[in-house]
Amino acid sequence: MIDTATALLMAAVLAGTPLLLGALGEILTEKSGNLNLGVEGMMFMGAIAGLIGSYSYEQALTAAGFEPSGAISALVALIVSFLAGAFGALIYAFLTITLRANQNVTGLILTIFGTGFGNFFGEYFGLKAGGYVTVSSVTKAAFSPIHFPLLSDIPVLGKLLFQYNWMVYFAVAVALVMFWFFRKSRFGLNLRAVGEDPAAADAAGISVARYRYLATVIGGGICGIGGMYMSMVTTSGVWVHGCVTGYGWLAVALVIFATWSPLRGVLVAVIFGGLMIMRMYITIPGLPAQIYDMVPYLATILVLIITSVRQSKEHAMPAGCGLNYFREDR
Amino acid sequence: MNDDNHAIQMEGIHKFFGKVHANKDVHLDLRTGEILALLGENGSGKTTLVNMLSGVYFPDHGEISVHGRPVTIRSPRDAFDLGIGMIHQHFKLIPVLTAAENIALGFGEGLTISRKRINAEVAELAARYGFELDPTQKVYDMSVSQKQTIEIIKVLYRGADILILDEPTAVLTPLETEKLFAVLRNMKADGKSIIIITHKLNEVLAISDRVEILRKGEFIGVVKTANTNQTQLTEMMVGRPVSLSIERPEPATECDRLQVIGLTCLNNEGVKTLDDVSFAARSGEILGIAGIAGSGQKELCEAIAGLYPSIGGSVLYTNDQEGTPVRERILGLSPDAIVKKGISMAFVPEDRLGMGLVAAMDITDNVMLRSYKDNRGPFVDRRKPKELAERLIKELEIVTPGTSTAVGRLSGGNVQKVLLGREIALQPGVLIVAYPVRGLDINSSYKIYDLLNEQKARGVAVIFIGEDLDVLMEIADRLLVLCGGKVSGIVDPREVTKEDVGLMMTQVAQNDGEVAA
Repeated sequence: MIDTATALLMAAVLAGTPLLLGALGEILTEKSGNLNLGVEGMMFMGAIAGLIGSYSYEQALTAAGFEPSGAISALVALIVSFLAGAFGALIYAFLTITLRANQNVTGLILTIFGTGFGNFFGEYFGLKAGGYVTVSSVTKAAFSPIHFPLLSDIPVLGKLLFQYNWMVYFAVAVALVMFWFFRKSRFGLNLRAVGEDPAAADAAGISVARYRYLATVIGGGICGIGGMYMSMVTTSGVWVHGCVTGYGWLAVALVIFATWSPLRGVLVAVIFGGLMIMRMYITIPGLPAQIYDMVPYLATILVLIITSVRQSKEHAMPAGCGLNYFREDR
Repeated sequence: MNDDNHAIQMEGIHKFFGKVHANKDVHLDLRTGEILALLGENGSGKTTLVNMLSGVYFPDHGEISVHGRPVTIRSPRDAFDLGIGMIHQHFKLIPVLTAAENIALGFGEGLTISRKRINAEVAELAARYGFELDPTQKVYDMSVSQKQTIEIIKVLYRGADILILDEPTAVLTPLETEKLFAVLRNMKADGKSIIIITHKLNEVLAISDRVEILRKGEFIGVVKTANTNQTQLTEMMVGRPVSLSIERPEPATECDRLQVIGLTCLNNEGVKTLDDVSFAARSGEILGIAGIAGSGQKELCEAIAGLYPSIGGSVLYTNDQEGTPVRERILGLSPDAIVKKGISMAFVPEDRLGMGLVAAMDITDNVMLRSYKDNRGPFVDRRKPKELAERLIKELEIVTPGTSTAVGRLSGGNVQKVLLGREIALQPGVLIVAYPVRGLDINSSYKIYDLLNEQKARGVAVIFIGEDLDVLMEIADRLLVLCGGKVSGIVDPREVTKEDVGLMMTQVAQNDGEVAA
């Protein structure tokens, strides 16, 4: 029983991490007042870019006669996936902030674009590699669970807390940094002001466009890293067609569930992760697998109902979210 | 070259919004250490002009100098750097942040922000000028006057020596206005130069040193406050002499048109918002409704209009059924069902752009909202509403580029004219107007009073919910006073004093019989 619970929790953390990263990126974006629905697209872009980044690094080094390093390979994946997600977000930012295009439409288009981008290059590199594209065992090892001396050997707790791959800790660290940023830093306060009421922030001398661009692009980069988790950890460094599908939207739902708080996001991501992999650990005889697959989405609908009934001013979407800002608008 | 006598000089300023020429060759000269009142009707370009000082708009033509030095103000940041601080009419505050956070927002250096330090600084500044403010209170918990206090302290916190206040008293009670003026005089004594925008003449005379008048975007003139009076200022502002008294013609044909009997309503929390309210609105008269804000005025109109649920009582409308007058119960019916009974009741709500009109739609479409259901077939007829819209623009002197302008782009007075014009065009039997002149300038207000009197002469039962007791006492034939959802009396305004009514607004009379007219 304990074993099943531990195993379920561990699996929940692993499944929840890409959702957490996607949600953190979207929280940062929405705090600036941009409702970027292109999370799924940016995750796809990050997923393929990270995988190809690592793959290219290995190929280049092997061709030159060197031994590729797992740590550098992972770093390459991290940077390249961040850049890919940020690039997707930059398209969105340019369209909505500079050209003042409709945010919802632009976000949806980014999802469609990113999905196509990911699957196209996945297939393309797969064909070039002769069937499917995959990274070597060195890189795979870099993304496997870390064994901390002493800590990992603590019974139960060691398993629950200290036996994950580095990206899990990275995601929690991002959440902590974001929490500090919104609470304590001057720029975090300014960013919240921009997201709540751009006109008021502008009148206070804060550059609305600069904050929105930066938050959206960095947020998109974090989403991209979340996508990279899917291709490097979840599918173990092999490109699987449509591997991100659904995760981006769950990340958007998670933002609402977490009520725009990075720390609550960590908790909620584990819950969502657990709902997604529940069927492998808890089997109810006669219940088709498809019903299990529906649970996270049902939970999302439930959350939407609860958050709209319970009207709180503090735990709500930033008031300026979804609206473009033009100073001379009357 | 530094000129210490002139805090701000603006020369030959032009500003266009699309086709609208909002400022035509406007001048402004603010001297150091004075209070300059900027006076003009709605849409005269006052706010546009000062927004070019605060960096919100950029002039299309013209020159600005601050302390004698020519400057270019491209953003609010540039304005701060020049020591110009603006207190906007619509507060620019973030509700989820605290007072101190709002004040310190966008100001200061460094990676982190010390809540402790800014709280102390804000408290010190508030104390120095005599404001009452808790720096840690969240803005969404604050009253309007507290929010305004934040705006003023925000500007002082940034070290502004030139302050611009855009209609600061529009949202304040008389007592709060007095407090504000005391603070402004303190600041003037402190050497600050102040521009105050208003259209209330008594305030101009009370606070300013000089008055600059704008009309329809044009510069009309500057006068010394000490050498002028209300009549002269009104004439300059409106462009022609205006009589400042409101007409009250004798009621024409009197019969009960609308009877409200024992109307009782509860709000969401189960508190009685209306408690056993009974009265009759007669045709051909204006029934004024007075009361402290939130005494049940809103609920009363909405309950009659079919928009607010009631738990008891009745509303009877005297309708003409093939020549015989019959009383029909309309309480509890939806607005649509009331219309279907052949009853024409018009309602001009307090929230004009929220409840009365659709801000993003143009004048024709807004006019059509009341009539498109009469169309047969799947298509709407836009021709007749367009004709009506054109007629309203002409008859009510609505300032707009055309019938296809979105209502939200019009100034407050023009919005109200569109709304009232549309409702009157229905030829209603009962016309309910809630705060019809709120935020309107003198000229528009008098236009509205004339329209209401015109309806009265046509035999309409007009119910006028107002906040300005002076106006209610002058225009109403009878005055119903509400207090905490109860009727504290119905009086003849010709026979009672303002003080009597003021007293009734705060307490329900012991003996209804004595005050009832």
